[in-house]
Amino acid sequence: MATLTEAPPPLSPTAPEKKPPRRRGRFTPYWLLLPGILWLLVFFALPMIYQASTSVQTGSLETGYKVTWHFATYWDALADYWPQFLRSILYAGAATILCLVLGYPLAYLIAFRAGRWRNLIMVLVIAPFFTSFLIRTLAWKTILADGGPVVGALNSLHVLDVTSWLGWTTGDRVLATPLAVVCGLTYNFLPFMILPLYTSLERIDGRLHEAAGDLYAKPVTTFRKVTFPLSMPGVVSGTLLTFIPAAGDYVNAELLGSTDTRMIGNVIQTQFLRILDYPTAAALSFILMAAILLMVTFYIRKSGTEDLV
Amino acid sequence: MEQYEPDRLSPAQVAAMRRSFRSGRAAMTRRSLLRASAGGAFAVGGLGALSACGIPAAGNTQGGVSAEDHSAKEKTVNFSNWTEYIDVDESEKHHPTLDQFKKQTGISVKYTEDINDNVEFFGKIKPQLAAGQDTGRDIIVLTDWLAARLIRLGWVQKLDASNLPHAYANLSQQFREPDWDPGRAYSYVWQGISTVIAYNKKALDGQEVKSISDLLDNTKLKGRVGFLSEMRDSIGMTLLDMGKDPAHFTADDYDAAIARLQKAVDKGQIRRFTGNDYTSDLTSGDFAACVAWAGDVVQLKADSPDIDFIIPESGYMTSTDNMLIPNKARHKTNAERLIDFYYQPKPAAELAAYINYVSPVDGVKPELAKLDPDAANNPLIIPDKAMAAKSHAFRSLSAKEETAFEEKFAKLTGA
Repeated sequence: MATLTEAPPPLSPTAPEKKPPRRRGRFTPYWLLLPGILWLLVFFALPMIYQASTSVQTGSLETGYKVTWHFATYWDALADYWPQFLRSILYAGAATILCLVLGYPLAYLIAFRAGRWRNLIMVLVIAPFFTSFLIRTLAWKTILADGGPVVGALNSLHVLDVTSWLGWTTGDRVLATPLAVVCGLTYNFLPFMILPLYTSLERIDGRLHEAAGDLYAKPVTTFRKVTFPLSMPGVVSGTLLTFIPAAGDYVNAELLGSTDTRMIGNVIQTQFLRILDYPTAAALSFILMAAILLMVTFYIRKSGTEDLV
Repeated sequence: MEQYEPDRLSPAQVAAMRRSFRSGRAAMTRRSLLRASAGGAFAVGGLGALSACGIPAAGNTQGGVSAEDHSAKEKTVNFSNWTEYIDVDESEKHHPTLDQFKKQTGISVKYTEDINDNVEFFGKIKPQLAAGQDTGRDIIVLTDWLAARLIRLGWVQKLDASNLPHAYANLSQQFREPDWDPGRAYSYVWQGISTVIAYNKKALDGQEVKSISDLLDNTKLKGRVGFLSEMRDSIGMTLLDMGKDPAHFTADDYDAAIARLQKAVDKGQIRRFTGNDYTSDLTSGDFAACVAWAGDVVQLKADSPDIDFIIPESGYMTSTDNMLIPNKARHKTNAERLIDFYYQPKPAAELAAYINYVSPVDGVKPELAKLDPDAANNPLIIPDKAMAAKSHAFRSLSAKEETAFEEKFAKLTGA
């Protein structure tokens, strides 16, 4: 399949053979890597080690914290907060699927059908990033206000009766329900889905579509057998870019949710800042990281795109 | 943003009006809007303590740790405060009271609005204070329970009373003897904050709200009631409603209050626990009634006639934001002089005319009446006798209690 993606190489006059330059700086690549490695070391590896150490410490602010290899913190944290873990994965999964469903047609449109509007639509996709994440999320509170037109319309169409029955909303409101949180997540992470999808769709050679047509494939078949498989790298990186931050997000649940929609990010935040239980907060962060890592590995294996990520 | 401003108003009224269009003491950000702080704190804290692989004990140094006082040589003081918590002039660049302070004393103030949230700010300064380093700040303003924690940890310095003649003379009786800092050895009040019940008349739709019980039990308000994510405010108001005194309650009383709120959460009566963002829920009518901070409500009222507040028969909670001098501050004397400055009635009145919180200064009323007669008669800004009698403070908690109580409260709010 990989061969299909490559357009036939243009015929070029064979370049005159150059002598390989004398290998002067054998270590040059390593010197070039140094800033990046230092950065990773200082801002990723060290905090990570510190966090790992924190998670197996016991103590209090007054007496100080000592490493006691108290691994039970992990089990206690998991036993206490598994509902929030599950909820985070559920909400992030739902938001990712929604993003894909909403984002794919748009990315397809931009890549193949937008013509001279392409740049404008791209700007519109990115435009929300010009305002802060918080402001964007708060705007949803105005849009979905109980007395607002959106909720009014959903009510008169009896949509909220259905979502209430499904347990996504409560009564005749949208705010402070799971639906609002998932909508907020979807909205906030949608561009992260659209951009990678667009990049991989845009790379598809239009002649492949023509070729599929020549072979009597209906448009649906063309999409199923040619376009979609070729856009898989975009689908995989888009879903990862959406799912991973969404699973750790706490702003949407805080502002648009209620007591029964708190996600694991909220728990970590409360544990760290409010209860000052640093070990539990660190352990929860590690569990979240491990869970996401596991799921992502499994997902990449399953989608057979190891070479793409 | 262009706004209509009638020209018949006094400068103070215009200021109050303009302020009401923006967030009050950081209406949007104050308590709950959490920057990505947890991660950052991990990263910053990580480096300092990695060598020890563990966090050193807070080491209770009674009286705090002073550094060499550079006040005489460096005529400056670094003042960290909450956003939108001081007077601002027309150009929005100068703070008139701070300019006056400079005129009076020759000390210039480096004023920074870098406090948005108590717990978040604690996370920010903790690494330095725990390591016994200068935070670069000479005055910080923290809510009483956090001020109490810093005093308990020995992270703030004892004040020199001889530099604080006005503060000593003019601090109102109500704030003199908090159980966490009797006699105000370490802290002086910047402003007091009253916690009351706010409501939106339109959204109430004829229902009456007079007490916390109405919020919790009136089924007509189901799903349209808000409480604060600040544990002491929500639990304090509930305790008062149950006839308990928040200044002397037991662990059982606390559990009973939690159970009372839990019942309302389970029934779907309480919509959310909010930080300062309740203001938008209240104006939009998503909250028909909620527990609220009076300073915000004064401002909301100016904007929208539907919004009002009541003080429950059982009383209301008052907390304070306090000025403290952290350990190793370079300009302790200058800081004390600034604290003292704000306890003169005139600057205190100018401050009170601009921000609508409870002024802690006795003798501010006649001065405030000259600037803004309405504010001077507003019991939320200058409490009268009847108001002051209903005011209650939350008792200070031991470290153990604090953890246990916060944990229970976190479970209540969904963890």
